[in-house]
Amino acid sequence: MANLVAVLATTHHPFFYRASTAPPESRPDFADEWVRKVLSYRETLTLANPDVLVMVGSDHFHQLWYDNMPQFLIGKAPYYDGNYYNEEREFGLPRMRLKGHEELSAYLLRQGLDAGFDFAFSNELRVDHSITCPIITTRPQADLPIVPVYTNIFAPPLPQPPRYVALGRLLRELVTSWPRSERVAIIGTGHLSLELGGPRQFGPHGPDPDFDRRAVEWIANGNIEGALAGVTLDSLWEPGNATHGFLDFMLMMGAAGGVKADYADTLDLFHTMEAYFTWYPKGQNA
Amino acid sequence: MSKYLLNKFLFTVDRDPDLVERYRADPRGTVTWWEAERANVVLNLPQIERSTWLKFTDVEREALATHDYVKLFELGAHPFLTLTLCIALFERDYAEPLGFQREYAARLKHWSLPYPDITT
Repeated sequence: MANLVAVLATTHHPFFYRASTAPPESRPDFADEWVRKVLSYRETLTLANPDVLVMVGSDHFHQLWYDNMPQFLIGKAPYYDGNYYNEEREFGLPRMRLKGHEELSAYLLRQGLDAGFDFAFSNELRVDHSITCPIITTRPQADLPIVPVYTNIFAPPLPQPPRYVALGRLLRELVTSWPRSERVAIIGTGHLSLELGGPRQFGPHGPDPDFDRRAVEWIANGNIEGALAGVTLDSLWEPGNATHGFLDFMLMMGAAGGVKADYADTLDLFHTMEAYFTWYPKGQNA
Repeated sequence: MSKYLLNKFLFTVDRDPDLVERYRADPRGTVTWWEAERANVVLNLPQIERSTWLKFTDVEREALATHDYVKLFELGAHPFLTLTLCIALFERDYAEPLGFQREYAARLKHWSLPYPDITT
């Protein structure tokens, strides 16, 4: 059976690429600490030595649109082009091309459907910064095949929070039952409190530092029950109008098995808190 | 009221560099053209299969024609779509990094929770 060597849950800040590659004269003052934390986090994936990455993210109204909106979608393609014109325009993100792992995609689709998750699928998916940012931060050589898993955290009506946790648990079960010998990492990105397009956007911190503190505790301790008791689809509007991205963190808590993280770090940035968590399901030397 | 159509305008303009510039330079003309020629195009269908029923209300049309992002927020347009397009339109006019984004927040300061419903 495949070896689930690491589970990573992190934020996907699209400004990191530009901040970390800017020449010294235009480099923001927070960039050095940010790069240091990201390099430390990257090492947690490098240590796990994965062969394939299951990448959980959410399309930001790029390919998936209101005329045909899936709640949960798995990509099954030999390649995934990455990033869009408006992400180049706003964030300076580079165009990328990532290799796909069609066999694992097919396995997750078939087994997931049979387990009661009626996934949508895509044979031609252009991934956006929810997938490419964690590649840039944790595997910048972009050399491993991926399976993208998209969730709807953007366009209500959304599934209820326990459904995201259940999907994370399912991904963990399916990866570990995949009858291959590959070393698999599941990497998912979401948000803590975040406001975009509202009165609390782009403040000196995230819009709700108290929510962020509680959320980081839930994730770091693998406290799924606490998180489920602490948030609802309605309550997630309160910390910030884009905070439903926290549902992807809840998914990853499910994927991590509801246990304490082996690595947890945060960075208080303007307008949002960055967060970095890693679990080693079978220990660091699996 | 059609939050969906407002979002469709924001989405289809934002993804097209030429339309972004056209909407910046001539918002009212672009909205008029778009409603006549593009509002009923189903995005993954050929144009011969157009829809027949989509149009803006007067209030929606005026909000788009005046770049009135405060009104779009009130009307329940998706805030991410409005913000992303407005950054493309106006960030260049501000010297300070995030200057436009902070003014945008300040102009919405009269809003507290609950915000307008964005469910389509």
